[in-house]
Amino acid sequence: MVFSGFQDPALQPIQDKVAAGVRLDQDDGCTLFASSDLLGVGYLAQTVRERRHGRRAYYIYNQHLNYSNICVNGCRFCAFGRKAGDPGAYEMSLAEIYARVEARLQEPITEIHIVGGCHPELPFSFYLDMLRGIKARRPEVHLQAFTAVEVAHLAQQAGLSIAEALSALREAGLGSLPGGGAEVFSPRIRQRLCPEKLSPEGWLEVAQTAHRLGLNTNATMLYGHVETLEERVEHLLRLRSAQDETGGFLAFIPLAFHPANTGLSDLTGPSAIDDLKTLAVSRLLLDNFPHIKAFWVMLGPKLAQISLCFGVDDVDGTVMEERITHMAGAQTPQGLTRSQLRALIREAGCEPVERDTLYRVIEHDAAA
Amino acid sequence: MMRLPDQLASGERLTFAEARPLWDLDLLTLGRAADAVRRRLNPEGRVTYVIDRNINYTNVCVSGCRFCAFYRPPGADDGYVLDWQTLAEKLRELQAHGGSGVLLQGGLNPDLTLAYYEKLVSFVHGFGLGVHGFSPPEIFFLSRQTGLSLDEVIRRLMAVGLSSIPGGGAEILVDRVRRQISPNKCTSAQWLEVMEAAHRQGLKTSATMMFGHLETREDRLEHLLKIRKLQDKTGGFTAFIPWTYQPGGTALQGQALGAVEYLRTLAVSRLVLDNVEHLQVSWVTQGPKVAQIALKFGADDFGSTMLEENVVAATGVGFRLNRDEIETLIWQSGYQPRVRDHRYNLR
Repeated sequence: MVFSGFQDPALQPIQDKVAAGVRLDQDDGCTLFASSDLLGVGYLAQTVRERRHGRRAYYIYNQHLNYSNICVNGCRFCAFGRKAGDPGAYEMSLAEIYARVEARLQEPITEIHIVGGCHPELPFSFYLDMLRGIKARRPEVHLQAFTAVEVAHLAQQAGLSIAEALSALREAGLGSLPGGGAEVFSPRIRQRLCPEKLSPEGWLEVAQTAHRLGLNTNATMLYGHVETLEERVEHLLRLRSAQDETGGFLAFIPLAFHPANTGLSDLTGPSAIDDLKTLAVSRLLLDNFPHIKAFWVMLGPKLAQISLCFGVDDVDGTVMEERITHMAGAQTPQGLTRSQLRALIREAGCEPVERDTLYRVIEHDAAA
Repeated sequence: MMRLPDQLASGERLTFAEARPLWDLDLLTLGRAADAVRRRLNPEGRVTYVIDRNINYTNVCVSGCRFCAFYRPPGADDGYVLDWQTLAEKLRELQAHGGSGVLLQGGLNPDLTLAYYEKLVSFVHGFGLGVHGFSPPEIFFLSRQTGLSLDEVIRRLMAVGLSSIPGGGAEILVDRVRRQISPNKCTSAQWLEVMEAAHRQGLKTSATMMFGHLETREDRLEHLLKIRKLQDKTGGFTAFIPWTYQPGGTALQGQALGAVEYLRTLAVSRLVLDNVEHLQVSWVTQGPKVAQIALKFGADDFGSTMLEENVVAATGVGFRLNRDEIETLIWQSGYQPRVRDHRYNLR
């Protein structure tokens, strides 16, 4: 890159730190978020991304399975969750879940991504049977299932410790945990938006327990609602500390808040400038996270493509059948084909690399 | 030899050979250079837009362009010409929105006479609205139909209230490409001739470019240089509006270009067109999010409220924004929204 000079001189000392490999702190994070020099922040993130990943950009052939939206939590930013019996509430039976898996056995899916709500009644055995049943039908697939919030809920319902619940789920086929439910760790935000949800300490405990058991997890941050920039930076640094301890996080995925049909529908949601900046700052602060992922379902394929030039190295995958963001008014398509993903990555000047959940490269012939 | 972004931003004119490698720069470097030009031309950080509406008075068109999903050939069941009652309703709706003008664009409809066009312009003008009307292919067609010169057609339309001309129908101003995508449309020289005639009579016009179909990056650059050359002579172009071909429902088909190539081309446009003041984002084809990012890649204009859009919508791409949404998108991006008219005068 031949980028020449920052418009915002406050970025220069941060560049010096980045070049020297010095860890950025809370103040640096706030400076980056506050900067009006979007391209300057992007440039810094891109130097880190290129150092780590060169021109590689990852995607995955995956299937999303949102087994139920029935949830005891009632978070104000959510358009997906319903109380049992409410209009629009649904839960898939095991037979229905298996049918969805069987319907796509011909496709080269390597991961099934399973997320639902905190269901008040489903027994622990339902989740174990779900994992076992899917594995029986598709033994080679990796099951990335249940956010830390769901895991804590299941454990509590079953009267198990987190470690016991995770071990049982792993035995049934669980491969890793998705990163959802972290929201913003700030107590102020959680009191205001999701008082009933698992606490930040609880979320981190599940993630770190998983890491200690050898299960990888992802991490997220739901941004662009009522949180401050300081709270975003605190969230990121708390994840960084946790990663220093247990090292099991694979990817960080900032999630752009979609206001439609939520309890915060009077808000506008983050701008595209904010989206790119959040991804770029995440890349810069989370120096111990291997991957920064742009979830195209939330950002749209176009912005996800642009983000590959702002520090991002992963655009998630083919997806299909996603419900959580689409119920919040996302106008994005339900899925992208592998060739669409590859073309999108190439046009951004990157080299498309298909990965599995653990970022092992999937070799396939060019014709596929 | 590649010039560094600061040199690019100095405003020194780029030749074809200097401009072509710009596309190969990394995206951020290219954007940085284009943004520096935008800051020099528009240091106040204003982003303008117009409160207007599109009115597509007819969809009947003999041109049959292969990239178009909007037109119907003469005699088709779903061909239309708007009646005066419908037109009046549309104009009153625009007035209720505080609009300043109308973008009038239709097809090359052989059943419509110059008298119809004069009545149409005068009808809209009668509502106290500006008439931003008729792309060069429409003016050229009218000149052919009537046997009148371009100057005369433009003069007569101006006499009844035409206030500016939209830059549509330019597609790619390279005849090799035009022969493939729109063989029955006016040539690139004829398109430029209409614009020159309009500028000569004091009419301001915009200029567009539709890219991402069969053209090469070199063709795009040739297009930019043709606009720049005419602008040197007349100074009549207010703004340049590049947008990407949308393949849905067209005969040409193919895949739409992505956002990164859109931003690259937008930034190159800002760097090459050193004599065109404004550069407009295409939220209709790119969506509101990419439009915001485009403001960091050289653009300083957010287009218009439109109220209705039929041409791109015919391809299945359906972005819509109202005035409040446009203002919010501009504020959120760190700029000051300002309302303008079709001649780019602030209101």
